[in-house]
Amino acid sequence: MSDLEGLDEILSDLVIESLDGLDQVDRDLIALEKDPGSTETLSSIFRTVHSIKGASGFLTLTKLESLAHAGESLLSLLRDRKIDTSPDTITILLRMVDALRDILTHLDKEGTEGPNDYSELKETLLALVDSTSPMADQGTEETRSSQSFPSGKSSPDTVEAAGNQEESSSSMEVPPSNEGSEKSPGSTTDETGLPQNPSAPAQPLPGSVADSTIRVDVATLDRLMNLVGELVLARNQILQFTSSLEDTDFLATSQHLNLVTTELQEGVMKTRMQPIGNVWNKFPRIVRDLATSCGKKVRILMEGRETELDKTILESIKDPLTHAIRNSVDHGIETPKDRKSLGKPEEGTITLRAFHEGGQVNIEISDDGAGLDLDKIKEKALSRGLVTPDQLLTMSERQIIHLIMKPGFSTAEKVTNVSGRGVGMDVVRTSIEKIGGTLDIQSAKGEGTVLKIKIPLTLAIIPALIVTSKGDRFAIPQVSLVELVRIEAEKVKEEIETIHGCSVYRLRGNLLPLVDLDQQLLRGSSGSFVDHLEEVHIVVLQADDRQFGLIVENILDTEEIVVKPLGKQIKSVTAFAGAAIMGDGKVALILDVLGIAHQAGVISDEGDAEIIEHPEVLPNASSREVDPLLLVSCDNGARAAIPLSSVSRLEEIQRSSIEHALGKDVIQYRGNIVPLIPLSDFTTGPRNRPEENPDDQLNLVVVHTNSGEPLALVVEEILDIVDDSGPLTNKGKRPGIKGVSVILGTVTEVIEIEDLRPAMASSTMSDDCIA
Amino acid sequence: MSDTKQFCTFHLGNLFLGIDVACVQEVLRYQQVTEVPLTQPVVEGLINLRGQIVTAIDFRRRLEMEERPPSCEPTNVVIRTNDEVVSLLVDEIGDVLEVPDESFEPPPDQLKGIARELITGIYKLENKLLLVLDVKKTLDFNAAITMAPSSLAKT
Repeated sequence: MSDLEGLDEILSDLVIESLDGLDQVDRDLIALEKDPGSTETLSSIFRTVHSIKGASGFLTLTKLESLAHAGESLLSLLRDRKIDTSPDTITILLRMVDALRDILTHLDKEGTEGPNDYSELKETLLALVDSTSPMADQGTEETRSSQSFPSGKSSPDTVEAAGNQEESSSSMEVPPSNEGSEKSPGSTTDETGLPQNPSAPAQPLPGSVADSTIRVDVATLDRLMNLVGELVLARNQILQFTSSLEDTDFLATSQHLNLVTTELQEGVMKTRMQPIGNVWNKFPRIVRDLATSCGKKVRILMEGRETELDKTILESIKDPLTHAIRNSVDHGIETPKDRKSLGKPEEGTITLRAFHEGGQVNIEISDDGAGLDLDKIKEKALSRGLVTPDQLLTMSERQIIHLIMKPGFSTAEKVTNVSGRGVGMDVVRTSIEKIGGTLDIQSAKGEGTVLKIKIPLTLAIIPALIVTSKGDRFAIPQVSLVELVRIEAEKVKEEIETIHGCSVYRLRGNLLPLVDLDQQLLRGSSGSFVDHLEEVHIVVLQADDRQFGLIVENILDTEEIVVKPLGKQIKSVTAFAGAAIMGDGKVALILDVLGIAHQAGVISDEGDAEIIEHPEVLPNASSREVDPLLLVSCDNGARAAIPLSSVSRLEEIQRSSIEHALGKDVIQYRGNIVPLIPLSDFTTGPRNRPEENPDDQLNLVVVHTNSGEPLALVVEEILDIVDDSGPLTNKGKRPGIKGVSVILGTVTEVIEIEDLRPAMASSTMSDDCIA
Repeated sequence: MSDTKQFCTFHLGNLFLGIDVACVQEVLRYQQVTEVPLTQPVVEGLINLRGQIVTAIDFRRRLEMEERPPSCEPTNVVIRTNDEVVSLLVDEIGDVLEVPDESFEPPPDQLKGIARELITGIYKLENKLLLVLDVKKTLDFNAAITMAPSSLAKT
């Protein structure tokens, strides 16, 4: 296409604008199908196709022009209500959109219109037009030009195609005239209403968009981000000077600089953010096509489509989300017949929700379909050898559901062309986890399935734990972090055990494989801990399904770091995920937790060789239930044990932060009002409770009841965590006490969390409860 | 009037080398580097170039020459190619020289090994020879060391 050389820019503009426009047409067509009376939607479609036709005519792109022209002719008939919008017409038009898109993509990549010949589709379109043309005698300019359009390329099967279309268009009905085409605007928009402004014309004219927006290369934005990052560093250094200087002018200027820099940083970050709706926009079409091919009726609702995400993240969640939605339509939603017999509406609903929470973006995909069949999952997992029967027995419902995210699992009874291609939820999970997100599935049989995805706002900035190895800093992304363990120097020898050269640590009864960071980075290490004289820091990390402990030299702090890629020479070092510039301007490497785990052999590639090592699925979890106990002492000197499974957190508060409500002591804790329960009210101790002083530090054990309600237990001291309690005696003699047991040689009362609340309510709240 | 080319020149031991001046983004004095474990010694480390993380490559090691004497503080020659920015550590930076095309000769046949791969040709200057490097090939290597946790530990 040498004649196009001078027109490159116009061409690429045409491609970009047209592709955007076609996406909108896709949505509009779906909307039109639901609401055939909407003139506005039709006009919007018509405008887009018309402008593609115009531009392609100007650039002598004959294929594109003739196809767009054929489509336009049909559209103009629809617009003028010469023919009715039947689902078949919509299907043909959607095919036209696909064809246009295909040509445009070829134009973009190769500069040619591509090898595909759409004359058949074109003839189908024109045949549909012709079939109604007697009615369209006084037609518009477009229809007339369609009739005069040279049909020289007509293929032999034109007549047949026309015949087919006759059939479909013969089922004509009186078009619904001017019934209200707009749904009431609300936070929930379905695909028929455009969220931006439901009452405005469906698509702004191209000119107005061009006036208010420009397209910027992402690389340019990345460079800007880098420079802003550097400016922030320089600003920080200047701010440090201000503390030592007394020049007020300088102070004022630097404060101004500070402000501007912060705003600039926010602004630049914002340029990379895009609403999630940009990705969702494709879904109505996907759902429609899929539902049609499966013979199902599905509609899709969207909430929070304006939720913004970093562009790179948006790109990387596109495929997993699409996959999840296809899954919902294919496996989740039942056929209309089944649904009817179950008393559900024939049309299934898939709801997409997105919202910000706690610095993360939550995306939920829920359907009101059949839900997951636990028995079927169990069966499948067994037959695939993903679990053993013994393990199944000890697994919770949630763990069973999560089995479907294991590689090589697919519950579809028959292989359809939609799914069952050997990939499944594990692909969704891996892609989500790759960007530092998490995936959770909840399902109730017969009621539907909810997929909850949590992803970070941006990939560019992540919270990380900074550790050192031989004095150099390394960053560990916080998402992989489980907990930190410190072993005191004198205990190292006994607590870190070695099996055939591999070090392990008993973490609450489970063996935690240990990996020495120095050794993994080939920086030398003592190798064994026999003669270790210093304390050992273990960073417990989650890699896939496994946990392992990374021994580091020192743990510094958590920091928000800006992730930067590594050069190609060192990109293949799997132990590193990137690098970051620290506050002092120096570079630190970011550890790739999975890479380290693989390298150290903590996780192997054969996923099914070993089974998920959940704390609940321990080999010694035999007949006797082993629930680790948190050992505490109360301020009356009693010893008590709290089941660790109900402990959420250990906290320390000032007595002065206690407030009172409903005759109880309460504290504000993570946005909840949590009642404070002095454990000494329930336990029997040798001494009286000491005087209360507002400056006291109180140790709290925050627990949750089965119903999820938090309670804060006031204890004197946290003593230990033990796995093994002796046999319980004196069961249920006192409210709140499960029984008495000998733990570590001392008589200890074992607390029954579920009893505490009612017990507290019934016991007369003595005055000494209130500080 | 014959055609000429411009080269950014530098010294490396007793070699006098040149890189097409268009590839060179800037020249910096020695920066503190962050060592990258698990890479071959040719990777000196990472430097922070105005917010961009740049791999610094010890050019002596790349050319398999002897180690730089400790008294010599290397200079960063920051090279920008299509897809990346890399810094080459050289002994001493020289001038930008404009050399006539007719003084060019391909490298002599007895030149072997890595030098043969990276040196595209020689310009005969009045009193010395200017060796011209193929930038692409110079930067095209994989420095990751395959894990065989034995004797590879860095010293």
